[in-house]
Amino acid sequence: MRSDAPAPLSLRLAATGGLLFLHLPILLIFLYAFTTEERSYQFPPPGLTLQWFAVTWNRPDVWQALGLSVKVATVSTVLALILGTLTAAAVSRARFFGRETVSLLVILPIALPGIVTGIALRSAFNLADIPYSTLTIILGHATFCIVVVYNNAVARFRRLSGGMIEASYDLGANAFQTFRHVILPNIGTALMAGGMLAFALSFDEVIVTTFTAGQQQTLPIWMLEELVRPRQRPVTNVVAMVVVLATFLPILGAYYLTRDGAETAGGGK
Amino acid sequence: MSIAATLSDRFWRQPRLLLALLLVPPLLWLGVIYIGSLLALLLQSFFSIDEFSGLIKYQLTLKTYGELFRPSNYDIIIRTTVMAALVTLASIAIAFPIAYYAARYAKGRMKVLFYVGVMLPLWSSYLVKVYAWKLILAKEGIITWAMTGLHLQWLLDAVLALPVIGGNSLSVSYIGTFIVFVYVWMPFMILPIQASLERVPATLIEASGDLGAEPGQTFRHVVFPLALPGIVAGSIFTFSLTLGDYIIPQIIGSSRLFIGQAVYAQQGTAGNVPLAAAFAVVPVLIMCLYLWGARRMGAFDAL
Repeated sequence: MRSDAPAPLSLRLAATGGLLFLHLPILLIFLYAFTTEERSYQFPPPGLTLQWFAVTWNRPDVWQALGLSVKVATVSTVLALILGTLTAAAVSRARFFGRETVSLLVILPIALPGIVTGIALRSAFNLADIPYSTLTIILGHATFCIVVVYNNAVARFRRLSGGMIEASYDLGANAFQTFRHVILPNIGTALMAGGMLAFALSFDEVIVTTFTAGQQQTLPIWMLEELVRPRQRPVTNVVAMVVVLATFLPILGAYYLTRDGAETAGGGK
Repeated sequence: MSIAATLSDRFWRQPRLLLALLLVPPLLWLGVIYIGSLLALLLQSFFSIDEFSGLIKYQLTLKTYGELFRPSNYDIIIRTTVMAALVTLASIAIAFPIAYYAARYAKGRMKVLFYVGVMLPLWSSYLVKVYAWKLILAKEGIITWAMTGLHLQWLLDAVLALPVIGGNSLSVSYIGTFIVFVYVWMPFMILPIQASLERVPATLIEASGDLGAEPGQTFRHVVFPLALPGIVAGSIFTFSLTLGDYIIPQIIGSSRLFIGQAVYAQQGTAGNVPLAAAFAVVPVLIMCLYLWGARRMGAFDAL
């Protein structure tokens, strides 16, 4: 529904206002990371300082939480890449009984409220007597990360022409060679984009994690703890700013990798 | 012949074999871990808790579901549902102009800017977003500062003095909870609406104008009905995500509970896992009703 006429002023104002509403609060985080005020959220900040970056750098609990988050996100992303790609390959290559059910099953973990997924996993771990550990966190994360990889991969598989695969067979390649030399180069960027988004999703997840973690703290759990019972507010401010910057990178990366395609990554979180 | 070649031949002759091999790992994972967990949840909700010992009685009963209808629990469900509905309506109101502008007027660089401008807040950290609003809504925060600067302090005080939705400061009131919910979930509304608007042919709008419709009429009778599937798709996200959230009302809001908080409190401090499970089934049921209603309204026909 493209139009070459200029947009009405009221629409321009409403759209700009909406985007500002989305972005200004995040920008405010950047300002607060430099405030000299320790005890309250006073605005405007009474002074600006860089000292909290040094303080945060020397906090072992922050590093520990960051380490666990990176570990969980990495393993979950790898698992999601494997499972998501397999599902996407099956769903896009063949029509079979229950195909719709399979795609529904993949989407369900993020379509249902996070708390349902969280408590469901927790009651299952309870009934099965599985102790909470890094492993239980990963089980949860990988489950809801599959859909992100799946969405990206399935869109790319649809564009991949079947003729190319048949040509590869005709030229004497076996199934594995075809996968390695024909399919993988074609879906590579889509998988990379999906993997980045899955990593970002896992890195940031808190609702399901509170139910599947024992005593361990991922970075979001650490932040939640600070939000509920603030100990050193300036450190939280700095961590918040770093998290914003750290999540922007994979999102922009995923966008850059898939921007030419019909389906751009990240459209369906 | 090598193993790889033998396998390839079998895949070629029996495509079902390859399909099965592809599907088994993800189906096992989702079937066992996820569906298994959901069934465990459902099962738990039919257990009950012994009032004297506080232990779970592993006998099937509907008693726990009955407890949901106690006034205090029933209130929680109503409160959460009303909040989810309001958040959805506000999200539509804010998201629609953004989506409409991006679909109809933005081109080239502007289009990219809009896309990235929606994507970044959508994907940036949930907790950081909530935290940002804690800074904004705090008594000593930027809103109070701005209101004082504009000599509108009286207006803020009047809003906070309102019964039910007011409070000591914005960060402990329903208004605060509402704003943060809208802020965090509204981006999920933009892209589905934009996608449905992109599919509306420009000629259709011109035709409507040629036939004498005012811009308002064109919007009501042509654009809006065609955008409805996108709105419904987006509202499924905003509604479902608000129903299941327990962190936002815990950090910004009054002490009155939402469903998510009730689930969290019942399974944690109260140790009443069956009641927590029964509470968790409620948003699932509400979502099923919602989807069924959306379908009856014909919102999926146009998809």
